[in-house]
Amino acid sequence: MSAIDIIQIVGLGLIATFLVIVVKEQKPVFAFTITVFTGALIFLYLIGEIQHIIQMLESLAAKANVDLVYVETVLKIIGIAYIAEFGAQIVRDAGQGAIASKIELAGKLLILTMAIPILTLIIETVLRLLPA
Amino acid sequence: MNHDVNTIFQIAGIGIIVAMLHTILKQMGKEEYAHWVTLIGFIVVLYMVITIIDDLFQKIRGVFLFQG
Repeated sequence: MSAIDIIQIVGLGLIATFLVIVVKEQKPVFAFTITVFTGALIFLYLIGEIQHIIQMLESLAAKANVDLVYVETVLKIIGIAYIAEFGAQIVRDAGQGAIASKIELAGKLLILTMAIPILTLIIETVLRLLPA
Repeated sequence: MNHDVNTIFQIAGIGIIVAMLHTILKQMGKEEYAHWVTLIGFIVVLYMVITIIDDLFQKIRGVFLFQG
């Protein structure tokens, strides 16, 4: 990832925006698909970089002797957050704020469910620290 | 990346052409055909979008350890 890539992404976004404005006059459906496509494309472009960051996190966790299960849970939570955000923003762009809110709610609930093992562990540790 | 960017122009082009066909067919009085043209154009575009969304979701699955 070099500095030139941000110029490419901004250019892609600008071109997509112009095309959306042009097409929206005639057929709003096609404008919406352009929006979805551009979003997915930029996300695809970024996911390679996210992979590098995550590999670094994993190697850090391995060096620090952290249990890999916890790192995996955290990564899954980040993934859920990304996907939920992506979907919710697209749906909200299409004018369905109610469905977007439900997607976000589902994302939050799933994250909470995934965090339950970690939360129980924290609570158990705190309880063990407390004098009886 | 380069190949994928072309798809944006393809979608916009299909949108404009379908809009033109819709208008022409409507002027000719074939309103039903106009709606079918719109629907088929939309399905073609949707296929392109779904392909890249599938790609994206598979990549996200791989990156964020979603194998389970």
